[in-house]
Amino acid sequence: MKFNFKKNVVLTLTLFLLILAGCTNSTTTKTDDISKGSKKEKIELSFYFPVSVGGPVTKIIDQLAEDFMAENPTIKVNPIYAGSYADTMTRAQTSVQGGNPPDLAVILATELYTLRSMDAIEPLDRFIEDDYINDFYEGFLENSQADGKTWSIPFQRSTPVMYYNKEAFAKAGLNPEKPPKNWDQLLSYAKKLTIKDGSGEVEQWGVEIPSSGFPYWLFQGFALQNGKNLMSDDGKEVYFDTPENVEALQFIVDLSRKYGVMPKNVIDWATVPSDFMKGKTAIMYHTTGNLTNVKNNADFEFGVAYQSANKSYGSPTGGGNLYIFKDIPEEHKKAAWKFIKWLTTPKRAAQWSIDTGYIATRKSAYETKLMKDYVKSFPPAAVARDQLEYASAELSTYNNGRIYQVINDNLQAAIVGDKSPAEALKDAQQEADRILKPYN
Amino acid sequence: MKNGWRNSTFKVNFYSWLFLLPSLIFLTIFTFYPILKTIYQSFFQSMQGEHDSVFIGLDNYKYLMEDEVFWEVIKNNIWYALGTVPTSIILAMMMACFVNAKIRAKSWIRTFFFYPTVIPTIAIANIWLFIYTPGYGLINHILSWFGIGSVNFLGQSETVMAAMIVMIVWKQAGYFMIFYLAGLQNIPTNLYEVAKIEGTSAWNTFKTITFPLLMPTTLFVFIISLTNAFKLVDHIIVMTQGGPNNASNLLLYYIYQVAFRFWDKGLASALTVIMLMIMVIIAVIQFFSLDRKIHYS
Repeated sequence: MKFNFKKNVVLTLTLFLLILAGCTNSTTTKTDDISKGSKKEKIELSFYFPVSVGGPVTKIIDQLAEDFMAENPTIKVNPIYAGSYADTMTRAQTSVQGGNPPDLAVILATELYTLRSMDAIEPLDRFIEDDYINDFYEGFLENSQADGKTWSIPFQRSTPVMYYNKEAFAKAGLNPEKPPKNWDQLLSYAKKLTIKDGSGEVEQWGVEIPSSGFPYWLFQGFALQNGKNLMSDDGKEVYFDTPENVEALQFIVDLSRKYGVMPKNVIDWATVPSDFMKGKTAIMYHTTGNLTNVKNNADFEFGVAYQSANKSYGSPTGGGNLYIFKDIPEEHKKAAWKFIKWLTTPKRAAQWSIDTGYIATRKSAYETKLMKDYVKSFPPAAVARDQLEYASAELSTYNNGRIYQVINDNLQAAIVGDKSPAEALKDAQQEADRILKPYN
Repeated sequence: MKNGWRNSTFKVNFYSWLFLLPSLIFLTIFTFYPILKTIYQSFFQSMQGEHDSVFIGLDNYKYLMEDEVFWEVIKNNIWYALGTVPTSIILAMMMACFVNAKIRAKSWIRTFFFYPTVIPTIAIANIWLFIYTPGYGLINHILSWFGIGSVNFLGQSETVMAAMIVMIVWKQAGYFMIFYLAGLQNIPTNLYEVAKIEGTSAWNTFKTITFPLLMPTTLFVFIISLTNAFKLVDHIIVMTQGGPNNASNLLLYYIYQVAFRFWDKGLASALTVIMLMIMVIIAVIQFFSLDRKIHYS
């Protein structure tokens, strides 16, 4: 009996230890293999990127990485699709907190303050040669530079633009070559473009302005057209509840609730382009990043124009920059920079713009023959670039995630009719002031 | 004699502990330690990006008491539970009784009832995103045959929660049906034979035999579906991100937002502690009051 007992104990313990040992052993050998392999042969870069527009963007990025590796056999780039912009940011932050940051990533240019306060990113000045940086559009550098340093390189940058269906314009008796220039025209055109069937159901909307996910972005355009930007340059103050902004939000709400030329309630970001291509709406406000997608899939003639002006033209910039992370080996940083430089050569920036519709971020990209020919054959490709003249920095503050949440929630509350525009913006202002208090 | 008795309990205890040891270690690492750490962290304020946190006592909890979004989320979660739990249970019971009867193509129907369970929630959310699309989505398409105008189910606060509830019930009822099916097959057939001889009506048979004997299954399903109501938020990420204006936001998704979008670890920990308390209360009520009233055959 006693003998049995001991034997059993020993048996159980050994079994248990064996299992534990099995687990640990297999994992350690695995990681060892990887790190040894990469040191001997190649530098492996993990590259997070988001997709926020239609079309085969993942494929294009994979192809870019492969082309780069063919030219640089010592570097292996692993592109990792990380979801929306917000998801990519979350993933990068989580990896940084876990001590395992990606080597480089495409993240919203506006996350600069947040990434810096986390001490997650590397300033790039020591890599930048000569006047490389001066070739980028100033509008895009606004969200990329701070404290006299350059922290990220503009890559998939955009502005919202107005897409309009030329055939629908012609049918409504409007000149297809003359898109609406100001808010009054936008409203009166949209009224003419709204078509109802016999029972009073809308078959074609006049205009759609998406309001899911990040409604602040398109609202910011209207705010800029009606006055000034939503925040101070140092990212410590916001100006949400000015009379001009209330007026701008009232205009957006009225389009659907008063005039019935836009669908009521929250309009989904991703379905707006399909609505446009299916002829469910005659005008849409959307990112220029969707241009190539619309071009390839719309079976009608369409035009692209600036967002309508009120007091002036106005637009936020948008989109993602390339960041290099801090806690990675020096040779990874160098390799990552090599990849960034390669991605942003004028010819490749031009090709990327042609493939997607994003604005080529460098002036010299528009001087390449490739781009010149493309713009000649398809003039809308230059509209977003030209609109940059009226563009200002995208909403970006300290504690960005929270400020976005506050303004987005309140904009949606006004759009679904829970609050009046004045109330919504007042609430957003109060809440934002409270969030930004520690930074002032 | 006395000594021997003690010796054997020791042995039994020792054996039990020994056999429990592996799971105990994993539970400690992955459950007990994180719980304690979460409670500890909920008393601290950690600003984004800063590594030092400041002890602030109960301030995180006080903040939550005044936080409109928090109360909205709690209210939503209660509606969500009220909407999904009873409907899933009743539907699952009806489906199980239906496919347990002698009908044609029984296995086909069972498969159709069960298949939503096999698909991941993310995929289901994407399918239903299309079903709910205003204008040309499936439901609006059908509504238009009856002359009913386009409804933006996910875009307005009035309908978004109901739309989510319908989808979740659709997804999980088939899963619960499987438990009921097993429960039904465990009920001795001679009870039904007696009922038949006595000439009891179908409804009375269900009321006096089927339903009471299914009670253990119902308790189990009730626990699972109630915890699911707090646990399942995958669809929110795909469909609405909590919008419009938090109308479809649930507690767990709010925790995710506070923790990984705002990086406010203290507040997220406080929220997690509250969620944990809700779950513990549910478990206590279930095991100590409901459990006694249930007859295990």
